Amino acid sequence: MNTQSNSYTFIYSVVMVVIVAALLSVISLSLKPFQDANIKNEKRQNILSAANIDVLPAEAEENYEKYITETFVINAQNQKIEGVEAFNVDIAKEYKKPAAERQLPVFVAEIDGSKKYILPMYGAGLWGAIWGYVSFNDDKNTVYGIFFDHAGETPGLGAEITNKDKFKKFFADKKAFNANGERILKVSKGASSKGLGATEVDAISGGTITSNAVDAMLADYFESYKAFLSNNQN
Amino acid sequence: MSALFSDKNRQALLGPLSANNPVLVQILGICSALAVTSQLKPAFVMGLSVTVVCAFANVILSLLRNTIPNRIRIIVQLVVVAALVIIVDQVLKAFVYDVSKQLSVYVGLIITNCIIMGRIEAFALANKPWPSLLDGIGNGLGYGMILVIVAFVRELLGAGTLFGFKVFPQAFYDWGYMNNGLMLMAPMPLILIGLIVWYHRAKNPDMIENN
Repeated sequence: MNTQSNSYTFIYSVVMVVIVAALLSVISLSLKPFQDANIKNEKRQNILSAANIDVLPAEAEENYEKYITETFVINAQNQKIEGVEAFNVDIAKEYKKPAAERQLPVFVAEIDGSKKYILPMYGAGLWGAIWGYVSFNDDKNTVYGIFFDHAGETPGLGAEITNKDKFKKFFADKKAFNANGERILKVSKGASSKGLGATEVDAISGGTITSNAVDAMLADYFESYKAFLSNNQN
Repeated sequence: MSALFSDKNRQALLGPLSANNPVLVQILGICSALAVTSQLKPAFVMGLSVTVVCAFANVILSLLRNTIPNRIRIIVQLVVVAALVIIVDQVLKAFVYDVSKQLSVYVGLIITNCIIMGRIEAFALANKPWPSLLDGIGNGLGYGMILVIVAFVRELLGAGTLFGFKVFPQAFYDWGYMNNGLMLMAPMPLILIGLIVWYHRAKNPDMIENN
């Protein structure tokens, strides 16, 4: 058989593409339920992690049910949006909308008898998306814990935003806003050497762009949730 | 058994580990060797994934080698490699989710890894499936080995950890020892690979070119 003829080449490529496409769709469809379950468990795990509860993915669902007592969705004016499940809100999608139109989920956890408010955030890092959750004490101003993650920041540099000891632990107990309602919790270069260590968090050396992105994300979402955070009535 | 591991086949498997190492001698796959080596774990999993993809791609294309129209052979190779990489990515996501997160974009980068295309062109298209399998595994391991060596040095000196575990006791730092941030920067793996190539050539005088 002449494998160099035009018709052979044409038929060969058509057959190949059809076979590969069919194979990939079958694999994608059959693995989808497993992947979705993983993604949901990871989300539960992340939400709990922001409230300083670290669990394995396999235990995430059980612990989520145990600690998260209430979830609701609000808008930027702190009005509740009915009929939307907080867990199912796609933060990445909401991020693209103007801040005033975003659906903003709130997860309320009950830990050792006190309420923690866990708020999701989303932003653009150096190579791809970054996102996370910030949990507040019941004064809605003091940070209780945070969780950050990223799609593809540089390992050892920008990706260190996920590092507990180098980055995350510095957020705990810091105030988000001062008495005038201005954001004082920032991520900035050399914060501690400038004597701002009490209110701000040091950027990661070698990961400046990612650190700035985290700062921008905090600015963005602190603003979105401001009405909720500054309302201490409920 | 003797036929399965004849001299030629052993050469296909073991050659890439040293004398014909894809990174050190063929100078392939340098880009990813620079990108994923700041920590041991991604370097290790990347080495493993490349080994799997390289082995399967070699076998599949070796089986197809007599049917592939020459004019579209690069396209056929790309389709096979891309399909394999997607399958690996999907399987990792479904069953070892944390590892797939660790690798993130690197799995996709396997498609562009020159070692895989290089070995298909240079070996699989001219050899039977069994030697092609050995050649794929050998080259994957040869590549992974260099990644692990570079990542070992970078993570140890750059972050003071190995696989994320602290190696140096706190007392070291109290005495004034500091992690070398330069190790985590992009130029360092290039320098390290250069040093390894230098050492490797010095140990194998027959590779030194006379001019």
